[in-house]
Amino acid sequence: MQVIKDSQIIDDNWQSLADDAEVAAGDISVSLSRWQQDKAQLLAHDGKLGIRISPADNVADIAGDLDKIALVELDFPDFADGRLFSHAWLLRNRYGFQGEIRATGQYMPDQVFYLSRVGVNGFKPGNTERLPVELGYLHDFTVTYQASVN
Amino acid sequence: MYQYNEIDQTLVNERVAQFRRQTEKYLQGELDADQFRALRLRNGLYIQTHAPMLRVAIPYGLLSSVQVRKLAHIARTYDKNYCHFTTRQNVQYNWPKLEQVPDILAELATVQMHAIQTSGNCMRNTTSDHLAGVAVDELEDPRPYCEIIRQWTTLHPEFDYLPRKFKIAVSGAAHDRAATQFHDIGVHLVKNDAGEIGFRILVGGGLGRTPIIGQVIRPFLEKKDLLSYLEAILRIYNLFGRRDNKYKARIKILVKETGLEAFTEMVEAEWARIKDGMELSAAHIEAIKGHFSLPAYETEAAADLTFGQHLQDNTAFAKWYKYNTVSHKIPGYRAVFLSLKAPEVPPGDITDTQLDAVADLADVYSFGELRTTHRQNLIFSDVKQADLFGLWQQLVELQLATPNIGTVTDMICCPGLDFCSLANAGSIGIAKEINDALDDMDYLHDIGDVKINMSGCMNGCAHQSVGHIGILGVDKKGTEWYQLTLGGSSENEAAIGERLGPAVAKTDITQAVTTILSVYVKQRLEDESFLDMVKRVGIDPFKEQVYASH
Repeated sequence: MQVIKDSQIIDDNWQSLADDAEVAAGDISVSLSRWQQDKAQLLAHDGKLGIRISPADNVADIAGDLDKIALVELDFPDFADGRLFSHAWLLRNRYGFQGEIRATGQYMPDQVFYLSRVGVNGFKPGNTERLPVELGYLHDFTVTYQASVN
Repeated sequence: MYQYNEIDQTLVNERVAQFRRQTEKYLQGELDADQFRALRLRNGLYIQTHAPMLRVAIPYGLLSSVQVRKLAHIARTYDKNYCHFTTRQNVQYNWPKLEQVPDILAELATVQMHAIQTSGNCMRNTTSDHLAGVAVDELEDPRPYCEIIRQWTTLHPEFDYLPRKFKIAVSGAAHDRAATQFHDIGVHLVKNDAGEIGFRILVGGGLGRTPIIGQVIRPFLEKKDLLSYLEAILRIYNLFGRRDNKYKARIKILVKETGLEAFTEMVEAEWARIKDGMELSAAHIEAIKGHFSLPAYETEAAADLTFGQHLQDNTAFAKWYKYNTVSHKIPGYRAVFLSLKAPEVPPGDITDTQLDAVADLADVYSFGELRTTHRQNLIFSDVKQADLFGLWQQLVELQLATPNIGTVTDMICCPGLDFCSLANAGSIGIAKEINDALDDMDYLHDIGDVKINMSGCMNGCAHQSVGHIGILGVDKKGTEWYQLTLGGSSENEAAIGERLGPAVAKTDITQAVTTILSVYVKQRLEDESFLDMVKRVGIDPFKEQVYASH
């Protein structure tokens, strides 16, 4: 599987762990509720950790854990749900998250420029054919009016 | 007025290229209709009953003559030789072809115009007082702050997918001509006890299905904090505004359900965390103000004597002067309204030929600038009194001098069922009927200040709930009916109109309006305005007469 990270198409080994799945070795991402429930077990596992955030989640809930994780996935149920844009901004600016913030799910290729400007640096489209397209769309604009997080 | 620099121009050009790509992908079947809908709306493009409708932004209602000629050219080349000015100071084309819209946007970009964020659930065009910079009751010109907000809202990466549309209006005058109490955020320039000028910030106002008057969230905000405060409000709204029901998704519902006090606490807490480092520098504010410096007014303009003579000699000119011009902060100058409410024309509509002529007149008489008003008229803001008579004669020729500004026939009207896919009922036809019934100018002038606002559906694009007389089109089993409200106002004494009674059939609506007016004429006290009378007597005397024959 390939994804975009830091404006490059790279191979990706992150596994998305379902809430009822056994913890396995390797780099895994879990939902916020799974994280809150099984934090100790997850921290003890062999591999990097990521947390999947949905629009209704409150990122302040993981602010204290950001040094323990390498990835936050913003899981778009619908491209029109703009809360994830604020979540990304908060993670980068307020909580100083240094790891990867990755858009997944039903975001639109035409949204990657805005996403990159609020701190998203990873993109995992449903279809890998979209990767080169999204890579190009990251450069839709060469100028902006607002301060960027990057 | 504001002139684009290289950054502004590049941004708009790149937006055109982006939308051209999106349109091509859609037409090739590579972009699904839902996604394209979200993208085209953010470029002002609706799909309407008959054809797409393109809404072009006119930031805070200010246009140059060059831009006006471009609007004329677009009407001629891509549309049916006319366009329509809206209640939010923008302009709409009703008949563009989808595949030509990128070309239209490219044409607009050549004159520093665009259609960015004129629809969709994002921050819309910032509106303002149509007399900004020339009003006698002005504390400070609001336009530099409008421009600062325009830039900040344009392509804001975090706030382009809000729960619902978001509208900001700015006023710098004692009299609120920008309906700021009915915007998601209203910004008033005010002076504090220390004599400093800053902003009073209102939040949660709005029209539409649930009209609500905005409330003060911060009585005084220093100028340097304008953008950080807006950002705090927008972030709270983006995170907590309802997304489960589009009719409850505006910020007014969030404020109402959270309570003003709790909502204010959330905003203030957010603001406290971001304000340091986001300050507008005094130098930046001054630089933007520099774009709105005063034109080269003649110092002796008031010395002209011909104007007074014309007023005495020509009653038609005198009437026009009384109704269609207003005072100006510079002696010897007037601001002149161009009425887009001629009897035979849908309110707010103008032809390509008229636009070209208006551009020429702007160059001759008003420093090459034109304004749009939220009541769908145009303004030359800086006309010397010596020029008024000559200008009037030319406006008469152009059918832009109907002396009805502020009268009953100066109606606000949405496109209605004739053009809009949302509408339940026609509005343009009713406007014409009312016009025909009230063709006696002396009677209109006797009635005086009565604002009729008429919308073809609950979405309320024509702000019927704040009309002195509001008319709302409703659908009853496939036929068009109209609900009447009385006593609304979008100005300082903001009020939401009270419903008169059951909806009235299409065949009876004009009669109902003329009946309301005759009740006013019969029962008013000396010099009492319509609105004052409604406040004094309530709706019952009107109700009795309107429903008497039913």
